[in-house]
Amino acid sequence: MSIISRGFRGRRDRTEGGRLPPGQYLVRDFPVLSAGPTPRTKLTDWSFSITGEVDEPKTWTWEQFRSLPTETLTRDIHCVTKWSKLDTAWEGVSVDTLLEGVETAAEYVMAFSDGDYTTNLPLEDLTGGRAWVAFAYDGAPLEPQHGGPARLLVPHLYLWKSAKWVRGLRLMNDDEPGFWETYGYHMYGDPWREQRYSGD
Amino acid sequence: MARAAIQRRLTWRVARVAEVVDETPRVRSLALSVPDWPGHRAGQHVDVRLTAEDGYVAERSYSIASAPDDGERLMLTVERIDDGEVSPYLTEELQPGDPVELRGPIGGYFAWTVDDGGPLLLVAGGSGVCPLMAMIRHRAARASMVPARLLYSSRTLDDVIYRDELDRDGGDGSGLEVVHTLTRGHPPGWTGRSRRIDAEMLAELAWPPERRPLAYVCGPTPLVESVASALVALGHDPDRVRTERFGPTGS
Repeated sequence: MSIISRGFRGRRDRTEGGRLPPGQYLVRDFPVLSAGPTPRTKLTDWSFSITGEVDEPKTWTWEQFRSLPTETLTRDIHCVTKWSKLDTAWEGVSVDTLLEGVETAAEYVMAFSDGDYTTNLPLEDLTGGRAWVAFAYDGAPLEPQHGGPARLLVPHLYLWKSAKWVRGLRLMNDDEPGFWETYGYHMYGDPWREQRYSGD
Repeated sequence: MARAAIQRRLTWRVARVAEVVDETPRVRSLALSVPDWPGHRAGQHVDVRLTAEDGYVAERSYSIASAPDDGERLMLTVERIDDGEVSPYLTEELQPGDPVELRGPIGGYFAWTVDDGGPLLLVAGGSGVCPLMAMIRHRAARASMVPARLLYSSRTLDDVIYRDELDRDGGDGSGLEVVHTLTRGHPPGWTGRSRRIDAEMLAELAWPPERRPLAYVCGPTPLVESVASALVALGHDPDRVRTERFGPTGS
């Protein structure tokens, strides 16, 4: 049920090959959205951990993390606040690499960050070459306001799932809501199915 | 942190424009009548959906500027972005009596009720004042005496949104103080502040960190970044600083 807005035409952002999910518009800059002040953790205090339902937790210091093999990738990203940005270029460590040798029966993950931010995802959405812990954007170290030193990057889901300032993944047997999910945002967040809010 | 789970489905509702109010040359408020509005908390927003005759759809988010205490009447305040897709329609085309689709309320972290207490520090840049105005109006509707300060940065005096209402509320003896700062010129005889909000201004006007003010900062990203960082540097607890940012593309 949708009513016509008389006289409304719209700008109609065009993309090749239908790269714009429903309800989204294109931006050329890189908007910033965060719920609080930007955390600034020193690299010497930084670590990344795999915890929760695993046989043996794993932890990397920044140096250890940066000695892991990296990948470069170019992807379209989609924010639940309606903007999309095409062909964003990143460098990061594949989550597959981080999970190598991890034994788990868990099916879900809570990503956790500096500033107490969390977001939940199915484990299978983080594996198979679909998710990274990114530390560079457009050839430069990731700026703090965009999630630096490192953020999760899961481009096939709305961007709030790509936790900024990520410090680890907690593996879980059952799905639990993270920060925005607790406030009514969707548990999964597929932009192509327009899963913005609970019940979408 | 306080959490309020919204587990019900957010359905689209057809609101009617009851009244339009021109706040500044670029900003218009739309007073909407929303049947069966479920209520909101000050600071939350709605999604607005426009549909063209051929079915093309555009959606945008707008903060709610009215108090939750106004029942089914909802006010949105919209700044016209000249090359925007939705804001020119909302600020120039839409007339009283017209329908507009929306759903909400959305969000809930950047929200305040009188029960959250204070002191309440509100810092706004431009149309970032809109969700903060909902808090000020809610506080007034509930006759709250929670100490509150609004530090509000505008380009010029003519760009100040809700100016008369803020002038009135700022001197009503309820404990609300309103401080304006103008960043792009000021009228002759202006005795207020006339520079961007900086650490010095915050040190003077934010309560000392020991008072543990609850801070809400809303505006363009550079303002929000610098104000939030300055508050943390002054010793305020990051958990007590809540932000809402809009980029230059927020249209």
